[in-house]
Amino acid sequence: MTLLAVERIKLFSTRSPYWCSALAIVMGIGLTAIFAAATDGPVPLGLTQIGSSQLAIAVVLVMAAIAVTTEYRFNTIRSTFLAVPNRTSALVAKTVVVAFIAGLLGEIIAFGSWGVAKVISPSSDLAINTSAEWRHVAGVGLVYAIGAVIAVAIGILVRQTAGAVAILLVWQMLAESLIGIIPKAGVKIQAWLPFINANHFLSMGSDSPEMGGTGVDFKLSEWGSLGYFAGVAVALLVVALVVAKRRDA
Amino acid sequence: MIEAVRLSKHYGRTKAVDELSFTVRPGRVTGFLGPNGAGKSTTMRMILGLDTPTGGDVRIDGQHYAQLKRPLTKVGALLDAKWVHPNRSARSHLKWLAASNSIPSSRVGEVLEIVGLSEVAHKNAGGFSLGMSQRLGIAGALLGDPEVLLFDEPVNGLDPEGILWIRQFMHRLADEGRTVFVSSHLLSEMSQTAQDLIVIGKGQLIAQTSTEQFIADATQDTVRVRSPHAAKLREILAAHATVTDDSVSGSLVVQGISAQQIGELAAENQVVLHELSPQRGSLEEAFMQLTRESVEYQAH
Ligand SMILES: Nc1ncnc2c1ncn2[C@@H]1O[C@H](COP(=O)(O)OP(=O)(O)OP(=O)(O)O)[C@@H](O)[C@H]1O
Ligand SMILES: [Mg+2]
Repeated sequence: MTLLAVERIKLFSTRSPYWCSALAIVMGIGLTAIFAAATDGPVPLGLTQIGSSQLAIAVVLVMAAIAVTTEYRFNTIRSTFLAVPNRTSALVAKTVVVAFIAGLLGEIIAFGSWGVAKVISPSSDLAINTSAEWRHVAGVGLVYAIGAVIAVAIGILVRQTAGAVAILLVWQMLAESLIGIIPKAGVKIQAWLPFINANHFLSMGSDSPEMGGTGVDFKLSEWGSLGYFAGVAVALLVVALVVAKRRDA
Repeated sequence: MIEAVRLSKHYGRTKAVDELSFTVRPGRVTGFLGPNGAGKSTTMRMILGLDTPTGGDVRIDGQHYAQLKRPLTKVGALLDAKWVHPNRSARSHLKWLAASNSIPSSRVGEVLEIVGLSEVAHKNAGGFSLGMSQRLGIAGALLGDPEVLLFDEPVNGLDPEGILWIRQFMHRLADEGRTVFVSSHLLSEMSQTAQDLIVIGKGQLIAQTSTEQFIADATQDTVRVRSPHAAKLREILAAHATVTDDSVSGSLVVQGISAQQIGELAAENQVVLHELSPQRGSLEEAFMQLTRESVEYQAH
């Protein structure tokens, strides 16, 4: 509990998390506003979460990675390990705090996007009724939280901001969808890529236009995909923790 | 009490610390002296569990740093004043440190007062001068009111006022019965700060003694002799002592016999002397002499 408080003080006593949060909210909700305004006729629910699940998530991943890499950059990680020699608990506490904030941001952006679409296009049927619809909107927070764990793990492993950010952005925004271009094998591989699975969890079925992995032959259910995504995140974190424990600070 | 036993750290083929054994006692300021690259910082990082030793062991009151429950209440360290987030205020920096070891947050104000940073506590640490950063680092080290304190080159880059402040501060800490371990590459600095010395070079122990003893052993007295018959005099003296030429002043530097003996020898051999002056060896020279073998980066 103390360690969570420590990480909270650390995170909120610098400016970058505020900036990243603001940027993520503006980008996520802003994109929905643009889509909603440009759409003639009713806005489908599936359109409201493109900003949150495809764009703002990148900013949140960057924020999560930066929370770690700045500690290495300014050597405060050494101060941290002096104060808390048990590196695993120190880093797990940081992961929990960052993931929690990412999750909270995800919910704010998801429901904010939904709300702004409702305001811009009051006649659209944006009611959230079915479990698929709930997953599509409220699930964004879960995806952000788990994505943040991946970002923290990458940050611990790489230790420098530029490298970690590049890896995360290329991976999340480009690499996984590019693999789909590989003839035949591409979509089979995609079924096991973590961020594609995260999108699968958010999808409402074939009618949702934001499905990045169209045609992907998923072997898992939507919740199964989320579990898989979380599994990858935890595995990466464990590797990062082991490495951090072994190497010189 | 800090105890190192055959402590070693190798980076590839570099033996940064090589089978180093020493003891740091409480109630005294112990200087950790060695030229640049001798392994002082590496040793301190190992004491604090930041770096894992390649071999050997180092303990604080019988425990590894990592075993300490609330380490900041036992050991305070200032290894580098820059280990602070530049966009975090001094107060926030100390606040999270305090929180991590369940130290009451009222202590933050106290240590800021002690080091004289209360006025600028709300300012970002990135804008601090070196002296202020150093004070913030010391505030962090004092936060848990620890028995053991480690400082790595705390006076580096400070002005005379700052140096004096830190020196007096360390004496006060030692007088309170704490273990104070402070590194430096300047013997002249250490001679005014430390009561005991641990001297290392190239990662190996050169000496562990009291500062007084070290200086007495290290500084050898020499005699400066000037004579119009320098060549003849050198020949005479060489039989009794070590004679070196000081090419700058054109005099001879004699080591091993006293000024009185030199005068007598000169008179016996009818050599005129223009100068006969005993010299006290300088601390830095002595130190360089001792560590010459082990200086990592020789200037050419
Ligand atoms: N992380 C590292 N990787 C490789 N070599 C290192 C590392 N850290 C230190 N060294 C080497 O170990 C040796 C000792 O370095 P250290 O910093 O401990 O010396 P020092 O006595 O603190 O010197 P200074 O007075 O310059 O601070 C040096 O040769 C240095 O180059
Ligand atoms: Mg050093």
